[in-house]
Amino acid sequence: MNPLSDNDTTIADEAAANPVAGIDQEVGNFQYDVKYDFDAGSGLSEDTVNFISQVKKEPEWIREFRLKALKVFESKPLPTHWATKDLENIDFNKIRYYLSQGQRSKRSWDDVPDDIKKTFERLGIPEQERKFLAGVEAQFDSEAAYSNIKEAVSKQGVIFMSSTEALMEHPEIFRKWFGKVIPTGDNKFSALNSAVFSGGSFIYIPPGVKVSHPLQAYFRINAENFGQFERTLIIADEGAEVTYMEGCTAPKFSTATLHSAVVELVAMKGAKIQYITVQNWSANVFNLVTKRGLAHEDATIKWIDCNIGSRLTMKYPGVVLKGERARGEVLSIALANDGQHQDTGAKMIHAANNTTSNIIAKSISVGQGRSTYRGLVHIPKHLKGCKSNTECDALLINTNSRTDTYPAITVKGDRNSIQHEASVSKISEDMIFYMQQRGLSEAEAMSLAVNGFVNDLVREFPMEYSVELKRLIDLEMEGSVG
Amino acid sequence: MSTSATTPASITGSFTREAFEAHLQRVAHLPAWWLERKRAAYERFASLPMPVRTDEYWRFSNLSRVTLDGFASAAPVGFKDLTHESLGVKGAGHVVLANGRLVDSEPLSADLIARGVVFGTIQDALAKHGDLVREHLLAQPSRLGSEKFAALHEAFLDDGAFIYVPKGVEMELPVGIFHYAAGAGTAVFPHTLVIADDNAKVTVADFFRSDAGAHFACGGNDLYAGHGSQVEYIAMQDWSRDTLSFQFNATVARRDARVLSMNLHSGGRQSRHESFSQLQAPGAHSEMLALTVAHGDQEFDQRTLQIHQAPNTSSNLLYKNALLETSKTIFSGLIIVDPDAQKTDAYQSNRNLILSDDAEANSLPGLEIQANDVRCTHGATSARIPAEQEFYLRSRGINPALAKELIVFGFFEEVIGKIANTELHDQLAAIIRRKFKE
Repeated sequence: MNPLSDNDTTIADEAAANPVAGIDQEVGNFQYDVKYDFDAGSGLSEDTVNFISQVKKEPEWIREFRLKALKVFESKPLPTHWATKDLENIDFNKIRYYLSQGQRSKRSWDDVPDDIKKTFERLGIPEQERKFLAGVEAQFDSEAAYSNIKEAVSKQGVIFMSSTEALMEHPEIFRKWFGKVIPTGDNKFSALNSAVFSGGSFIYIPPGVKVSHPLQAYFRINAENFGQFERTLIIADEGAEVTYMEGCTAPKFSTATLHSAVVELVAMKGAKIQYITVQNWSANVFNLVTKRGLAHEDATIKWIDCNIGSRLTMKYPGVVLKGERARGEVLSIALANDGQHQDTGAKMIHAANNTTSNIIAKSISVGQGRSTYRGLVHIPKHLKGCKSNTECDALLINTNSRTDTYPAITVKGDRNSIQHEASVSKISEDMIFYMQQRGLSEAEAMSLAVNGFVNDLVREFPMEYSVELKRLIDLEMEGSVG
Repeated sequence: MSTSATTPASITGSFTREAFEAHLQRVAHLPAWWLERKRAAYERFASLPMPVRTDEYWRFSNLSRVTLDGFASAAPVGFKDLTHESLGVKGAGHVVLANGRLVDSEPLSADLIARGVVFGTIQDALAKHGDLVREHLLAQPSRLGSEKFAALHEAFLDDGAFIYVPKGVEMELPVGIFHYAAGAGTAVFPHTLVIADDNAKVTVADFFRSDAGAHFACGGNDLYAGHGSQVEYIAMQDWSRDTLSFQFNATVARRDARVLSMNLHSGGRQSRHESFSQLQAPGAHSEMLALTVAHGDQEFDQRTLQIHQAPNTSSNLLYKNALLETSKTIFSGLIIVDPDAQKTDAYQSNRNLILSDDAEANSLPGLEIQANDVRCTHGATSARIPAEQEFYLRSRGINPALAKELIVFGFFEEVIGKIANTELHDQLAAIIRRKFKE
């Protein structure tokens, strides 16, 4: 492999030896002594659920909701008749389901492995954020940077708080939709989340309010942000507009092996919600997420979903197009490196006339990585004027990379139109050769080509994200050639 | 062998152990290895459960219409009792099988026989070319969800058609094979075995017809294309509108072989077709084509699998469905590219033309790619007749029914046009046209 032009040749060397260097190699080595005051212990039972409810001082109805969900979770089998058998490696009895706020681990910046620090540096993450991301600081002090946004937002009447808090303080707003877009019994993991959820954000945007700045999970001072079982509910009332961002491009380190979030979006008449996720869990994490939005008349819900980390991610953001002329969109990028399986996709349920949906999914498989697209587009009877478009493109970098595509499309009636297209390709040797003639190293040429492949999607991301995303792809691509 | 009491009726339906023993009696003269395989197949059939709703291979299928109950074993019928329509084109020969028995045939020319071409029944071939039959008859696994029904087919397979074309022999004219089902509630198990040796060439037209009764048709075909051979297989399924039909295809293409299989689906109330192509050596090519005209409450369930097992192989799948009234179609396809099958070129396309507000089209086009230097694409569309096209035809004074027919023909032409034999091409068109007259 040709040396990288980057000043930091140490990283390049490391990367040459190991394609995933700098991202997640040392994750398993995080060891630190922790005393949990409010520890639910490991394993899941009614006691665990009662404990969580009690610590959070929840009203009886939430506790009952949780207990009911636990029963559903226990009764449902793992979906291995279609999903990967890797799910069977999750030992539900060894998982800690709740660690309360303030009882989180403390580690010092010196404990953070060097390669991770270097990754932060190369991604250009501010000092303050680095410490938070590395888990050095239990919470990210956002006051300085974002207080004016927060203030501006609350003046507009936006409610932005944690799940339990919101359910207790504003039941009249949140209870109506909580667990309605994604019912407890939707799947085994949504049931699990319903039983043990903590953290996440509940947001309400009043009618006509357009939130000018994207809301981000770590605006809010709450250590539970990046919890294992986040529960998010965003309601945009009539004509409101909001963009929400979850996660960030920097690698996120976690000792917990199971993350199972539930995200519900409700866009009332004419509202617009854009939900951006950048998932970069460490490579020991099972990330099993249920995300769905409900779009009323003339509303638009757009999921922008980027999956780079984790061992196995299963996530199929969906939109139920309930009102006429509603629009649903999913734009997704998945990057699967050695040992990773990105099983992602989209669901579009058309339930009213003249609704439209658009799915664009791009995946990159590096080394022995495996990326899977699973999609569902459903247009039931007697609807008219519905349109749906799906494009899935897969890029395979190495000879042993793998990709799968499993869409399911149902159309009833003759007044709708649907198309689906997928392609699989590799980076052409001509292109790499040409760039090498122009003085780029093979690795640089490869990164450039991959960035070109995802470019039209990356452009849809907010600027800061797309810059970080590009750097991150460069990092992941290192060592994959030569 | 265990007693019949151990097998619950629901799992075997009309195909009880007694029925199977009676069938064995009738074919007792056939080679022992074949009878042994049939026994093993029956055991598999009797032990496998019926498909259930959660089975991925049966996703979207209307399982309430899949039953094994109420069918009778086929009784002999005479050729004169059939309303037989000949091949309709100049052919090299034909065989007619009714209820699994040979009722009429036209042998090949003396020249072809002298060159070693064998065309006749499977029972004959079992006696005279046992090794060939053993190597190729039902030799490929069932991988698309119908293990139970494939086992039933093997257990009850009575007689079918057999054609073997030796090395280097090119047959210019097609052979015609006719499978009939006659009599109320008759169960038939038609089979066609095509073996093209290296550099051979053969065209087979396979017809499936019945009287108006409610039949159970559980058939299969094996297409084996040796190195450098060319096989063209055209099936026209026109069972009665009350038939429950299963059809299993297994295609094997060796080095530089070209296989074209084209299935026209017209009959049956509920018809499931499973097509499994294996591209086993470099240069192999498989063309998988299908046309479906679905009307009334017909359901056509098509499941396909293209496996590229060697480098430099190609496949092209094009399935077109036209849906009228309350009909329903399911297309579920999968392309698998094995880890070493670099330079694969695979295409898969499902196009649905929906002509009624009550019709339903389901598409599940899948890919599993484990090699990076490949060109694999798939596409699926479902749409109505473009308003401009309809308007144009109407403005030329063409009535709506005819306009619909013309548009469907235009939609199908891309597929029909791939049939090299123009006379067979016209035959296909005639069956489609008839469907519009119903």
